[in-house]
Amino acid sequence: MKLSQLLPGQSGVVKEFTDLEMSVKLMEMGCLPGELILVDRFAPLGDPIAITVSGYQLSLRMQEASTIILDQI
Amino acid sequence: MKVALVGNPNTGKSTLFNVLTGLNQKVGNFPGVTVDKKTGVCKLPDKRVAQIIDLPGTYSLYPKSKDESIVFEVLADRQNASFPDVVVVVVDATNLKRNLLLYTQVADLKIPVVIALNMMDLASKSGINIDIDGLSEKLGVQIIPISARQSFNVDKLKQAIAFTSDHPLQKDTIDVSALAPRLIDKIKEELFIESPYAALQIAHQHEDLRFLSTDKSDRVEELENEFSFHSDTSKARETIARYNFINEILADTVIAGPKQTKKTVTSRIDAVLTHKVWGFLIFFLILFLIFQAIFAWSEVPMSLIEAAFVWLTTLVHENLPAGVLTDLLSDGIIAGLSGVLVFIPQIAILFAFISVLEDTGYMARVTFMMDKVMRKVGLNGKSVVPMIGSLACAVPSIMSARNIESWKDRMITIMVVPLISCSARLPVYTVLISLVVPDKMIAGFLNMQGIVLMGMYLISVVAAILAALAFKYILKAKERGYFIMELPVYRMPRWDNVLLTMFEKVKTFVFEAGKVIIAISIVLWALSNYGPPGKRAEVEHKYESPQIISEYSSEELELHKSSELLESSYAGVVGKFIEPAIIPLGYDWKIGIALITSFAAREVFVGTMATIYSVSDDEAHISSVTEKMRNAKNADTGLPVFTLASSFSLMIFYAFAMQCISTIAIVYRETKSWKWPFIQFTYMTLLAYISSLVVYNVLK
Repeated sequence: MKLSQLLPGQSGVVKEFTDLEMSVKLMEMGCLPGELILVDRFAPLGDPIAITVSGYQLSLRMQEASTIILDQI
Repeated sequence: MKVALVGNPNTGKSTLFNVLTGLNQKVGNFPGVTVDKKTGVCKLPDKRVAQIIDLPGTYSLYPKSKDESIVFEVLADRQNASFPDVVVVVVDATNLKRNLLLYTQVADLKIPVVIALNMMDLASKSGINIDIDGLSEKLGVQIIPISARQSFNVDKLKQAIAFTSDHPLQKDTIDVSALAPRLIDKIKEELFIESPYAALQIAHQHEDLRFLSTDKSDRVEELENEFSFHSDTSKARETIARYNFINEILADTVIAGPKQTKKTVTSRIDAVLTHKVWGFLIFFLILFLIFQAIFAWSEVPMSLIEAAFVWLTTLVHENLPAGVLTDLLSDGIIAGLSGVLVFIPQIAILFAFISVLEDTGYMARVTFMMDKVMRKVGLNGKSVVPMIGSLACAVPSIMSARNIESWKDRMITIMVVPLISCSARLPVYTVLISLVVPDKMIAGFLNMQGIVLMGMYLISVVAAILAALAFKYILKAKERGYFIMELPVYRMPRWDNVLLTMFEKVKTFVFEAGKVIIAISIVLWALSNYGPPGKRAEVEHKYESPQIISEYSSEELELHKSSELLESSYAGVVGKFIEPAIIPLGYDWKIGIALITSFAAREVFVGTMATIYSVSDDEAHISSVTEKMRNAKNADTGLPVFTLASSFSLMIFYAFAMQCISTIAIVYRETKSWKWPFIQFTYMTLLAYISSLVVYNVLK
């Protein structure tokens, strides 16, 4: 399941990434395999989204979120 | 000694910089790039003076933007003028794991390093327990718990900086060499690099490092091919290894706070501020407030500044002997100076608001809300603020476009922002509208003049959006765009920081843009005060004849004389020269002069009109500008100059043309190249010319 498929309030654990270049940026920001991601909210127009990961809030575009594969918990 | 501050964004690095240096700071540029270099001095307890360099905030030494690339350039190049003796890594205690990633990278460069563990107050509030001594021992580095906002323990940090040894004492973090053993050895050997990690970073970044010569960069490329080095894979492996190292260390030294079950304050504020309805409503209310403030609050200080300059000009005229030098001083230099300084209140107010919005964390939310809309036209969520600000003045708005990381998005923003009608166009619009639009009510409550004025503002916003769309397809992105952005928790603004930002931006504007504005004002003064030999003497002579002196009052005489002098000046000659080009737009050569003098600032239009049209004014009294313009007749045809068609054509010209030296100067400063102001000037003037031509011919 991709992060972009979650709705606000849902969460999942990072399993892997589909885009190597993007994965480096995401990991630098604390989005690591094994971390819990909670979707906080969508922007009023549906994109980008705000997530909580390793203790802080991150916003990313849907297209970027679709490169993160999650394990459901 | 030199001390560099390094850290993630939103860790309080700038606050610490301000606490360490106070007002002893200056903003310059790293040589060859537009990135701001903030430096300041700080006295250490052992009486040594440390030069503190605030490096741009970054999450890692692998840069995502131009700003971030400076960090590695400075830290990796021992010949760099900013290469530090000590690096202070500012670490947010409430988010140790992510913050330590950057620390481990910096530590591996083998530069002496100290950790400033910031936000200790917030960490203990949320129940995070950090064994500082244990952490310090495991990393082999001094760790000073501080709170930059409360200036807590800053003296201890200064002491630690003073005590730091010349040699790096920190322990190795990960086994860097394992990532690309032979490649690293080769680069170390051939490029004389000491630290394996610096060698690895060079392998990753060699194409963009300015301190690396082309031969060396090519050689690194060769080596990479030889050892089949894959940059992204290596980065990913390295990042995972670093986090494993950090997790191991933190497992023994940090006890996390209790899991938060109830919603945080930030999350509750966000529920309102990024709400589908309330979010936009509040945003537009805030914009409205800013816009109002820029106009309302700046009115008094701006008129005070203007009054002060009028007083200064009179003083100069009264106390200095009449002559060219006095004229140059009063009409060239002082006039130019007032043109610069009069913008200070607006710049200060706009930046005060922007820095409060940024400091509190609200700006990140605006970006978050607007990103989708702005992306459609080639802009970015972060373009919203400059676009709004340019309703007041394009100059501070272009400066504020720095917050946009993506090069392409920032350039588009800078290129289109001057199209939005700024406050300087307002006097031009109002004069022309009052000339040709009847002061009538439509449907009993809508003032026609007001509607036309609003229409001008709408047209300008639409033009900016269309221009952005055009640039979206013309400009090529230099890097892949990202929108992975931290949404910081809401905080109270730091008022001293707000004041410092205001002060800094105003200073930059006065000194950087001021130089150009004054220079061009002097040129304009010369052009309108000197003319081809002979012509001016003729005019002078004419007004000395007793016949003319008896015919007019002395005041009128002055006016007529000055307008005829203008006609015979180089500016007048140029006006006549460009007349064939502007006749199709419905203008005569006198408007031509106004178009030229307006390049100093658009407001000049009204004043120029007043001077020029006094010549055709044969009534016994000195009439108002509007009246003079209404009575103006074309010398050849005898028809009025300001018809509906020519007035609207002129308004459209003023709406679209790049007639602002301050903007040209600031675009040059922000892009560090004359290419961009040139492109901007050309496209805007062409747009203005063609649109005015169409408007004139449709309405004629």
